[in-house]
Amino acid sequence: MENTKKIREGSVRTASRLIRNIEDRHPEARAAIKKIFPHTGGAHIIGITGSAGAGKSTLVDGLISAFRKKNQTVGVLAIDPTSPFSGGALLGDRIRMQKHAEDQGVFVRSLATRGAMGGLSKAAGDAIHILDAMGKDIILVETVGTGQQEVDIMHNSHTVIVVLVPGMGDEIQAIKAGIMEIADIFVVNKADHAGTAQLIRELKNMLDMAHIPDDGWRPPVLTVGSAFETASFVENLNILSEKIADHHQYLIHFNELKNRLRRKTRVEIRDALRSCILDPVLADLDARGELDRLTELLINKESDPYTAAEEIASRYLRKIPIKQTKKGGIVR
Amino acid sequence: MSERKIRIMVAKPGLDGHDRGARVLARCFRDAGFEVIYTGCHQTPEQIAASAIQEDVDLVGLSCLSGAHRYLFPRVVELLKQQEAEDICVIGGGIIPEADFPMLYDAGIKAIFTPGASLDSIVAWVRENVRPDF
Repeated sequence: MENTKKIREGSVRTASRLIRNIEDRHPEARAAIKKIFPHTGGAHIIGITGSAGAGKSTLVDGLISAFRKKNQTVGVLAIDPTSPFSGGALLGDRIRMQKHAEDQGVFVRSLATRGAMGGLSKAAGDAIHILDAMGKDIILVETVGTGQQEVDIMHNSHTVIVVLVPGMGDEIQAIKAGIMEIADIFVVNKADHAGTAQLIRELKNMLDMAHIPDDGWRPPVLTVGSAFETASFVENLNILSEKIADHHQYLIHFNELKNRLRRKTRVEIRDALRSCILDPVLADLDARGELDRLTELLINKESDPYTAAEEIASRYLRKIPIKQTKKGGIVR
Repeated sequence: MSERKIRIMVAKPGLDGHDRGARVLARCFRDAGFEVIYTGCHQTPEQIAASAIQEDVDLVGLSCLSGAHRYLFPRVVELLKQQEAEDICVIGGGIIPEADFPMLYDAGIKAIFTPGASLDSIVAWVRENVRPDF
């Protein structure tokens, strides 16, 4: 059977291998994505981000339970860092989610960052497409533990949840640019710890200062306590899943979903261009030993990065007029 | 030139919470440049097989110190086979009497490492025996 069909019928083996092919840049991976791309767009993609140890994986586990109770199918991408020294990785997000391992309606896949700096892995965008084509209703994307500015998740999801814990800094941290701006929902996790009331106050102050139109979306600030207090944890997670559904309705109702799709698609085009233009140019330069030669030139101050790049660009890029076809495709 | 990154799952089946060895091994595989998925303690063979397939690993490393390896290890191999994933290699380690080696090998366990096995020898075995096609 053809792979696209297998994936659409929910084959875990085929889907997982294709994700791996993308990660490993297998030559056949690109063709497979081309085929499944038309079958994507049905899932609600939710990003979960926050610092290391904030409780993202535990929240994802709770969210899986909440969505499964509503009979929605769930795909999870859990991202952990790659070692800059060995290239290896220890992917441990799954530990918190193992009670769902045998549930046919749940597919959890761990990804290593492999050098990507924005909180995701390069394969994340295509992996989301694969889970989407499998027909998952909900896709949860858990970023690597983030600091202040790993905001790639906003370009890859419809709803962004920023997870915070008390005791991480003063009020100025809450009004800094970056990750604090991308939240559609804030979760104050470990709310049984000291400093929770202060953190909630700071977040609300920060949101009061933001210019949110009357009919706009004001990110709610939710609290979640210890996961060991099972009853209240489950209740809090149900509330969170309801807020996520509310946000999805808001996006649809105010046409924001289209705007976010546009934003996401622009980034995808940029990334695809990079892999079709920049990567082969770099590979070609490297194969010819040009990269080494240029490096030496620059170190000896016989050239500079811009002159070198302009020279390479003029060599590889030719300006050819572009004509549009009726269907919107591009021909020469 | 692209190539396959080796993916390994380290898992602890059954009622055994002694995971120091599994953690040391997971760390050692990380340092060897492999991607390691650790699933934590108290896993059923069913959970381990399902996770291995979802993660598309090349190798599952089972650690058992409770004495239940005669049931747990072969069961993981059997479940993988049932789900057409017999290409995933299964190895084991822990407190395993030498008398049990033959039945485990017969059941499809490809290697067994017991206390005293050096980390280098385990990594070397993986490099020699786990070569995912590209």
